[in-house]
Amino acid sequence: MIGFQHRVMIGLGLAGIVAPFAIYPIFLMKALCFALFAAAFNLLIGYVGLLSFGHAMFLGMAGYSAGHAAKVWGLPPELAILFGTAVAAALGLVVGAIAIRRQGIYFAMTTLALAQMIYFFCLQVPFTGGEDGIQSIPRGRLFGVLNLADMMTLYYVVLAIVASGFLLIYRTIHSPFGQVLKAIRENEPRAISLGYRVDQYKLLAFVLSAALAGLAGATKAIVFQLASLTDVTWQMSGEVVLMTLLGGLGTVFGPIVGAFIVITLETYLAHMGSWVLVIQGVIFVICVLTFRRGVVGELARLIKRPL
Amino acid sequence: MDFFGIPPQALFGQLLLGLINGAFYAMLSLGLAVIFGMLNIINFTHGAQYMMGAFAAYFLLQYTGLGYWWALLVAPIVVGITGMVIERLMLRHLYKLDHLYGLLLTFGLALIIQGLFQNEFGSSGLPYRIPPELTGGQNLGFMFLPNYRAWVVVVSLAICLATWFVIERTKLGSYLRAATENPALVQAFGINVPRMITLTYGAGVALAAFAGVLAAPIYQVSPLMGSNLIIIVFAVVVIGGMGSIMGAIVTGFGLGLIEGLTKVFYPQASATVIFVIMAIVLLIKPAGLFGRAR
Repeated sequence: MIGFQHRVMIGLGLAGIVAPFAIYPIFLMKALCFALFAAAFNLLIGYVGLLSFGHAMFLGMAGYSAGHAAKVWGLPPELAILFGTAVAAALGLVVGAIAIRRQGIYFAMTTLALAQMIYFFCLQVPFTGGEDGIQSIPRGRLFGVLNLADMMTLYYVVLAIVASGFLLIYRTIHSPFGQVLKAIRENEPRAISLGYRVDQYKLLAFVLSAALAGLAGATKAIVFQLASLTDVTWQMSGEVVLMTLLGGLGTVFGPIVGAFIVITLETYLAHMGSWVLVIQGVIFVICVLTFRRGVVGELARLIKRPL
Repeated sequence: MDFFGIPPQALFGQLLLGLINGAFYAMLSLGLAVIFGMLNIINFTHGAQYMMGAFAAYFLLQYTGLGYWWALLVAPIVVGITGMVIERLMLRHLYKLDHLYGLLLTFGLALIIQGLFQNEFGSSGLPYRIPPELTGGQNLGFMFLPNYRAWVVVVSLAICLATWFVIERTKLGSYLRAATENPALVQAFGINVPRMITLTYGAGVALAAFAGVLAAPIYQVSPLMGSNLIIIVFAVVVIGGMGSIMGAIVTGFGLGLIEGLTKVFYPQASATVIFVIMAIVLLIKPAGLFGRAR
């Protein structure tokens, strides 16, 4: 007997496999990378109750690291992506150790401030290329066999990476570890009184989230052959909050849906300049005032099943 | 006479700049602390409202011919009223929810305001002239002190101390503090707490707008002027802790000075020094320098 969520997941997987025949693959890959990014972010806000307002630092630093590894060191793509992910995880360990010392609103402000520090760091150090970023990052051959210059090959590799990241998050949520995280979210003092080392659980969740956000960033850098300052700005941190909020905080599929909606909007509104900012702001306001469950959350309520 | 190989003009010049920045950190973090105390909301729109204050001064001059001194009075009132409308229409519905929703809503509002202004005025700055009464400067022997900058430091200190006085030493302030501790009880004594919340938000926003007018002749009037500043102010708030009004003032000015000194001795780190201090403070004293335990 396959559960409802599993069936949805299989459906999404199949849709992912046939999608590039109907939709422009570059767009799909962008949306997929952001879906993984949002899912990683959602692991923190949805399941530990920690709002990180600086997740762009993991996306951006991983992108820079992967780009540098692939272009300057000449590493093959799989190692470059792994390296980017590892850098994001290490950064997550440091940032997490500082940020989890405060909760709630202070946690959000702390992560935002630390991300801004990383932004200035990236602006100043030479290896990021400053305002230019790292351009024309080679895609290379995955495991020396798969030529990523081929669009379809690249697409399925990205789909596989994002799907495995997503499955890892799904497994984490449903593991005993994930249950403890939820317990911390619901009632931290009680979790402490039950003998759980809450800080260690939070830190581990933070590192995991950072690493997966890094995986998304590193993959994105290889796909678009570009790592730039855009990915470390606070606007990017806000964008991932928007995707997750719109899709549904703490839902399994919400971040994917939210990422696809936001990326679609941005693609169609790209020529409108600053109006994109206004529209994003309006979505924020509407979501917070009237639509706090998000698209997937409301859907789940309609069909009375968890999604 | 040199200080560690730094000519005194450069040193004091940067210290003055630091003091000016510190004045803005202090005024803005003060407003955030006042709002947070009453509303339990971190007002992400604060930077945008600071920017609106500067633009209000610019509009007043352009379209009505009202100069700097009128702007100092009118801009905070106008922007404060827009704040009260926002409180009545939107923030009001969030008080019973998780504090994070307040942050998300005000973040959205900040995006809307910044987007609208950017759309209209682009990203470049508009000049705003120093009022004629405050042009020129004093030669102090060891440095040149522009009158306008001295004025900014003095007036912002005065505003900060006045705010502290109102909250800590007056009857109105005692109502405020009581309502922060226990709104239901204060309401039971016949004080209109919802109205007080609206006015508090309006006052906090007006403070930001006032800072914006002060800033207009120093920094250029630009749609982006608030968004980077607000993140630094958040770090200031985390360092100081939001429990104490005096703490916000001292932390603001102190961090401005430290930033100024960093610019003299190690300029590469000047953009990041406040964030580094924040990280260190969090490691040593997580509640912030002046904060009470969460």
